[in-house]
Amino acid sequence: MSAGEIHSSKAEELRVVNQPLPRPDQREKIAGSTSYAADFGMPGMLHARLVRSQVPSARILRRDVSAARALPGVVAVFLGEDVPHNTVWVDVPGQTVRVAALRASMEVLATDRIRFHGEPVALVVAEEESTLARACQLVEVETEDVPGVFDPFEALAEDAPAVHESGNLLAEWNIDRGDLEEAFAKADAVVEGTYSTQFVDHAYLEPEAGVAWVGDDGVVTIRVCTQVVEHYRDVARILGLPESKVRVVAPYVGGGFGGKEDMTVEPYVALAAWRTGRPVRMQWTRDESLLARAKRHPMHFKYRTAAASDGTLLAEDIEIMADSGAYAYLSALVLLYSSVHACGPYKVPAVRMRARCAYTNNPPTSAFRGFGGMQVVFPYECQMNRLAAKLGLSPDELRKANALTRGDELPVGQPIETEVLLAQTIDAVREAAGPAPQPSRAGKLTGRAIASNFQSYGRCTWLNDSAAAWVGFQLDGSVSVRCGVPDIGGGQASSLAQITAEVLECPLESVTVYFGDSSLTPLAGTTTATRQLLMSGNAAHVAATLLRGYILHGVALELGESEESLELRDGEVVAVGRTVPITEALTMCRRLNVPIEALGTFFGPKGKPVEKELKTDRVFPDFTFGTHLCDVEVDPETGEVTIVRYVASHDVGRAINPLSVHGQISGAAVQGIGMALLEEITLDHGVNLTGGLFQYLVPTATDVPDIETVVLESGEGLGPFGARGIGEPPIGPPLAAVASAVADAIGAWVTDLPITPERVLKAIEESRA
Amino acid sequence: MTSGGALAGPFENEVTLSFEVNGRRVTRRGPGHLSLLRWLRDLVGVTDPKYGCGEGVCGSCAVQVDGQVVSSCIVLAAQVDGAKIETASGMCGDDGSLSGLQQAFHEHHAAQCGFCTPGMLMAAASLLEDGRHRSRDEIREALHGNLCRCTGYGPILDAIEAAQAGREATGPRAGSETKLVAG
Ligand code: FES
Ligand code: FES
Repeated sequence: MSAGEIHSSKAEELRVVNQPLPRPDQREKIAGSTSYAADFGMPGMLHARLVRSQVPSARILRRDVSAARALPGVVAVFLGEDVPHNTVWVDVPGQTVRVAALRASMEVLATDRIRFHGEPVALVVAEEESTLARACQLVEVETEDVPGVFDPFEALAEDAPAVHESGNLLAEWNIDRGDLEEAFAKADAVVEGTYSTQFVDHAYLEPEAGVAWVGDDGVVTIRVCTQVVEHYRDVARILGLPESKVRVVAPYVGGGFGGKEDMTVEPYVALAAWRTGRPVRMQWTRDESLLARAKRHPMHFKYRTAAASDGTLLAEDIEIMADSGAYAYLSALVLLYSSVHACGPYKVPAVRMRARCAYTNNPPTSAFRGFGGMQVVFPYECQMNRLAAKLGLSPDELRKANALTRGDELPVGQPIETEVLLAQTIDAVREAAGPAPQPSRAGKLTGRAIASNFQSYGRCTWLNDSAAAWVGFQLDGSVSVRCGVPDIGGGQASSLAQITAEVLECPLESVTVYFGDSSLTPLAGTTTATRQLLMSGNAAHVAATLLRGYILHGVALELGESEESLELRDGEVVAVGRTVPITEALTMCRRLNVPIEALGTFFGPKGKPVEKELKTDRVFPDFTFGTHLCDVEVDPETGEVTIVRYVASHDVGRAINPLSVHGQISGAAVQGIGMALLEEITLDHGVNLTGGLFQYLVPTATDVPDIETVVLESGEGLGPFGARGIGEPPIGPPLAAVASAVADAIGAWVTDLPITPERVLKAIEESRA
Repeated sequence: MTSGGALAGPFENEVTLSFEVNGRRVTRRGPGHLSLLRWLRDLVGVTDPKYGCGEGVCGSCAVQVDGQVVSSCIVLAAQVDGAKIETASGMCGDDGSLSGLQQAFHEHHAAQCGFCTPGMLMAAASLLEDGRHRSRDEIREALHGNLCRCTGYGPILDAIEAAQAGREATGPRAGSETKLVAG
């Protein structure tokens, strides 16, 4: 069975929070009545599709849309010139130039230069969806190939073709700490390794989709599957409208994982609706999603790890190269995450880290669960397992001896300010897993390994993050919550209901959450960076706490009692010698001009902006720590790897909903296993060859075992009730856990992902040679 | 505002097709080249079967056609004219109550984003239909055509096992789920 265990270190009396309550949003999903982005339509709605480039690097010579416009049923065809402001700008943090901070741009619709296969060139709008394919074919785009570059190392060579005029180096980060040379000189053991990761797709089941329309108030509304309703600002800039005239509504999203963090269909449906005056829907096909939406950054790593004979880590010498693809998107930030997390959850006194990220003519890369902090777990944990083997130490003891604890500093200078249960997660997975695996048949090889990690939750501290939530009683005592949080399936909305119900002492069923509307719900920021529990969770907690105070104040005034003598309990205000039902308390408040609603705003922890040379106090609010254990069986004849057992343990601070926590860990572990063994976007000189889920192998139920979870609760997180974020952290360890377990089985290392049967056979062969 | 995107017509190769969808007789005219998935979503307005890949791989479009689970994205609507179609939303009782299987999905947290869920429910319902006991591994095997990117599958298996155990304890329930039995 996959059910998880929970070990809590601090018991607190909680009634709704911390309970494994089935989520209300799931009921509607299971009943089949949830209206996702593509399920929604309007009378008179048009359909839109993008014409995308067929080549990765070219100059546009001519575009002719006359034949497409003439096709019956085609309403409009737009080119870059038809977009009021045809540019999307991205801030590239830390990469200062003499005049100003670096900003990167890309066109909404390309006008003269193609930089990747699948880049949008024209937008076709038609009465019927079935007309679109033909209409797109009729748009003529004549191009002339321009030499491209498809490898980040080659992109940084002196004579490399320039992807952008600014040069191909998009971002770099460096860390220099302690005396590296001295550390290596006195080391008893040095482990060197090179590692690489691949292009990976989010492959959420719901392809990108949205509908836009212009209301009778002139507001452009976009109902879209997104992790960021605040993109209304970008759309306003593109259309040349005031921000108050664009609204984004996010219904329940069919999976995000970072792939719906950047804009997808928004500028296109908005433009089409704005120009035609009619509602417009766009739904990307699966092929289109695999072709053109930003992927996970492939990274190349070189690690040299130095240690004393007792296992004490002395130094890490690290080089990271990431492929940004054709456009900047969030690459600089992703690389920053890699840099800050590069040494793992360990004390390392001497560090030299060089991270660079280069433009190529490959598909763009951007946010994906783990956001650069997950790729680095692969090298740093394989290094730890190799080091343990080299020194003849137990991998558990090696980790425990070097684990960060409260008061330690990360190599960038950030102090660890909360209690760390890393050692306890190691013990937890060992205890749950029991004896080592045995081969199912003679000839098969088995292996076991662990991998630990840490991952930040909450946005970078210099970004001045904040979130707001509104909580109000209705006159019948039921409660409404309004919060701009997009719900991408992780229970983002329902956790606010649990938090509110806990604080207001009301039944969970009486709380309704309105979410994800940039005009009608208070803005709560992005559902990214594992930040929503920390941010909107705290905002709801602040609002509900204020509201509880108001109610007690009103009743205290009415009864002439002190507020301290009153308590809100089970839907009643309990006073000395009597109880006041909540409805009566609300009447008292209204009579006395005491509000029965409250707006709460939560501000994230603050820090200084970073520079290329990373030396700062606090980059992230806090971190979540964990350990995974993986048992594999390898067939040395075929190279096939089967995962026979998988255990994951994280300190989540406090599980707001243990069912959701188990679900997040289980899902993330399987997504990580998919990357370790199966998934890869295949490119040939920038041409994306991955045409569908036939070729892009997402793990099926038969590819993975049950994920066993052991959840630890230190109560030390910065979220409400001491919660830490858990959306991203569990996707980190699988790469190293699987690779190390395979190495344990076959006695050789596969250090390029994915670990295909061919690579396993090759590693076995080379180790025998 | 309507659900789905009602097509306007007239269409090339126009056909008139009639289905019984979740117990409701629906006759519509539309283009003859539409898949059953698009017919249901765009013409009938039944949107719980989802488009996830359009090529028969992900299972999010799964529906029952005359008692057989099919990927509705790779079946032409015109090929199955007159059929009895069941979708996940049809598993609910007339009062909106969840079936035993759906209830087990809810209790075991078998849906996160929920996008794969209607297809998963159809696969699970048809697996449990004959009443034969399935081991966890057999259930796993039976779900290999249904992708889920959120749950890691464990909670879905838990739910199906629980629904199976519930039936074995009480016998097949009268009511919404028996509507799925091939008729
Ligand atoms: S949409 Fe039919 S199988 Fe994927
Ligand atoms: S719950 Fe999201 S794909 Fe299964």
